[in-house]
Amino acid sequence: MARTTKEERKKGIISAALQLFSERGFYITTIPDIAQKVGMSVGNFYNYFGSKDVLAKELLLYISEYLGKNLREINEKEITTKEKIEEIVSMYFRVAKEKPEMIEYFLRVYLSNREVFGSECKGMICVSPFVTEMMIFFDESVSRGDLYNQDFFSAFGLFMGYLGGMVFLFGEDILPEPLSFYEKDITENIYNALKSRS
Amino acid sequence: MHSNQEAKPQLLWLQGVTCNGNTHSFINLETLPQLLEKFEILYHPILPSTKNLHEIVSLKNSCDILIFEGAYDPVLKRGDTLIKDVIVHYAKEADYIIAAGTCASFGGIFKQSAPQRNSGLVFNENITQGPLMAYKEKIINLSGCPIHPEWLSTILNMILSGYSIPLDSLLRPQELYSSLAHHGCSRNEYFEWKVDAKGFGLKEGCLYYEQGCRAPMTHASCNKILWNGVSSKTRVGTPCFGCTEPEFPRNDNYVTKTNMSIPQDVPLDIPKRAYLSVAGMAKTFHIKRLEGKLIDYKRDN
Repeated sequence: MARTTKEERKKGIISAALQLFSERGFYITTIPDIAQKVGMSVGNFYNYFGSKDVLAKELLLYISEYLGKNLREINEKEITTKEKIEEIVSMYFRVAKEKPEMIEYFLRVYLSNREVFGSECKGMICVSPFVTEMMIFFDESVSRGDLYNQDFFSAFGLFMGYLGGMVFLFGEDILPEPLSFYEKDITENIYNALKSRS
Repeated sequence: MHSNQEAKPQLLWLQGVTCNGNTHSFINLETLPQLLEKFEILYHPILPSTKNLHEIVSLKNSCDILIFEGAYDPVLKRGDTLIKDVIVHYAKEADYIIAAGTCASFGGIFKQSAPQRNSGLVFNENITQGPLMAYKEKIINLSGCPIHPEWLSTILNMILSGYSIPLDSLLRPQELYSSLAHHGCSRNEYFEWKVDAKGFGLKEGCLYYEQGCRAPMTHASCNKILWNGVSSKTRVGTPCFGCTEPEFPRNDNYVTKTNMSIPQDVPLDIPKRAYLSVAGMAKTFHIKRLEGKLIDYKRDN
């Protein structure tokens, strides 16, 4: 049997933790629960993550890097701004569908339990890989003349608030259709809201 | 045996379309008398010269160092002679051709007086084009608006001492233009922690994000070789205008161009993602010392 690397073990913990937090909730899930799911001792677990709070922060960074990496691939494509919006929406919904525990964690743990993240995750530093990529998207789109130049947060709030809201409804089983059904209209709405005004 | 007068290099200073700013700056050099002693000044518009303008434009002489100040305009005449013909004549036998100021280097402000025909000596903004292209290997561009007198004295002394003068891709001496105007700015801590100046002339704050400072993108020695020996624009609280670069004059002085609050231009050669990540991190923290006034004038003595 091949010996798993430390990196692979770490990823295993992350995956298991996200699953459990998603199924049972952040506070109810314990370190022994996670360790058991991964098949390691609690002592060994602490070799990877010093505490539950440290794990919470690392999970956030992990998700941000994952989403950031996908966003970067879209940013680097030679397609129109509107096509990029379409791809961003599509990517976000795909992650919500295929790895629901990731977006769930963001919405239900990070946004809803600010006290967990305390001073370690001040401002947006723990979601920086993702936010930086959104900044790059906005910077280039305005620079090209495609989107209306406005304050970053007005635009960011519109885009991410919208997507987060949809995923939240999806998570609550309120949406009658699959997420993909809504992609086209959502793309139109976002583009029409943010596009340059003449 | 040669007399002292014959041994000195012959220096010729000619002007194109100019405000005289580089001359004005140069005469502020503290060591000007000692420096001028080392040359025979064939001609300068205001400094004591051995020849007059009419003798110079008769094109019977040569010089060792040709200095040109101002933008090149092909229809401009001085002494009733097209400067176009004058500079080509002297360029042939000169050892060094120094473009004094941004106008002579890249076109600068006075290119704007006739944008279709004016340019620098070998650059038209950042395109290689100009009247002295055939003598490009002799050119030294001292861009600046104006140049600091010590930039010119440094290069003249290097020439006198026989030092090689490594140049950058815009033919500016690396001795003076390899650092950025940003290096040595007294507001660096504010830049580091993203504490922005809320106006001009304030002691506190960095001028980059809100006041249009170009220093992190501009090659110059302004915060290393201080102006009048004591200060610089950014130190007193006015932003750098990037006057040593080919794009000068810009039409966005005092304003930082942003796209959705993200600066269009980030510090030179820093990848935008890297800059935004680091800036984002720094902006998160509020450092009390840096957000207050440096001097509390209201405190009783």
